[in-house]
Amino acid sequence: MTKFIIIMLSAVFINNYVLSRFLGICPFLGVSKKLNQAVGMSVAVIFVMLIATAVTWPIQIYLLDPNSLGYLQTIVFILVIAALVQLVEIILKRYIPSLHKSLGVYLPLITTNCAVLGVTILNIDEGYTFAEAMVNSLGSGVGFLLAMVMFSGVRSKIEGADVPKAFQGLPITLVAASITSLSFLGFSGVIENLFA
Amino acid sequence: MNKRQNFLKGLIKENPVLVLVLGTCPTLAVTTSVSSAIGMGAAATAVLLCSNIVISALRNIIPDKVRIPCYIVLIAGFVTMVQMLVKAFAPALDESLGIYLPLIVVNCIILGRAEMFANKNKVIDSAIDALGMGAGFTLALFMMSSIREILGNGSWMGFEIPILSDNSISIMTMAPGGFLVFGILIAVVNKISHGKNSKKNFGCAGCPSADICAKSNGEQEEAK
Repeated sequence: MTKFIIIMLSAVFINNYVLSRFLGICPFLGVSKKLNQAVGMSVAVIFVMLIATAVTWPIQIYLLDPNSLGYLQTIVFILVIAALVQLVEIILKRYIPSLHKSLGVYLPLITTNCAVLGVTILNIDEGYTFAEAMVNSLGSGVGFLLAMVMFSGVRSKIEGADVPKAFQGLPITLVAASITSLSFLGFSGVIENLFA
Repeated sequence: MNKRQNFLKGLIKENPVLVLVLGTCPTLAVTTSVSSAIGMGAAATAVLLCSNIVISALRNIIPDKVRIPCYIVLIAGFVTMVQMLVKAFAPALDESLGIYLPLIVVNCIILGRAEMFANKNKVIDSAIDALGMGAGFTLALFMMSSIREILGNGSWMGFEIPILSDNSISIMTMAPGGFLVFGILIAVVNKISHGKNSKKNFGCAGCPSADICAKSNGEQEEAK
């Protein structure tokens, strides 16, 4: 149980996907302007990460590895994720239209989101069991949500600030992201010592 | 547009990283040292060149509706090839790039060039475009990694710099330094080009999912 907590907490805080692993920067910069969009996107990411892990982990362990097809990992995973996102969208549209209405627009964006492909590959690289992989995916998704929500708050402050002309737009956003990620550096070492 | 301009636009005027703002994830992640940045640039250029040539050659065959999945499969194939070559001939580079090597698949530069250039232009033009964009990507990574390695580690390409190596600012090689250097570099480029290239918003135009992204922003606003 302790191991699950460690995996979860380190995925959320220490190895935060956006702020320390630099995965999923595009949505982090592009969709974080408003809080409700940031939350919608993040919830969709958590959802897809969990489903993608639940499907790709068994494929790698029971299909690719026994047949020594490990080198096909990249192609298979991206195809599975792309197909899965389409499938999820169709199912949501048919059976849970209210959820589709709030998440639907974000789903197609996630196909080419490196955070989702990243989490599925990292789960295999780290040698996690199925349960650990699922916990790691959930933690990574929650970490993404946390970063997005925090950053949308920071950005709403920037919108009203008077910044030098050259820094307007993206540059000042990146500088703000730098300071946000600085705050996450404070967590390093905390989790290991918590359970030592 | 002649061939020389076509090549040069990728280097400066339409630099994929500093002006179009594509492929931010690898830009931030692998620029902690110059050697891994150049390795990443070379790997991405190789994939971009192959994918641009093949996609341009197949541009009249691939049906419009399923083009994005087709591109992704082609790109994933080339990335796997590059991945195996790097593993076999440059294991140290494989180690330092880690997860970011397979993630070239979802690098927006490659899909973006396929969508914006290769599916409308001839094979040779697409190849030149790929070389220019690849060189621009590598140049931007090289600049950023030089700044980060010199300030953060006191070395350049692994050579130690006398005074700086004793007074390194280690935050530069960590995550916050990446965002900071990237932000400042873009600001410098904006300043030099007098805001001609600067966009009010993010450079989503080059991203293949820009349509959907804009739609999601628009619909949210309408809902209010």
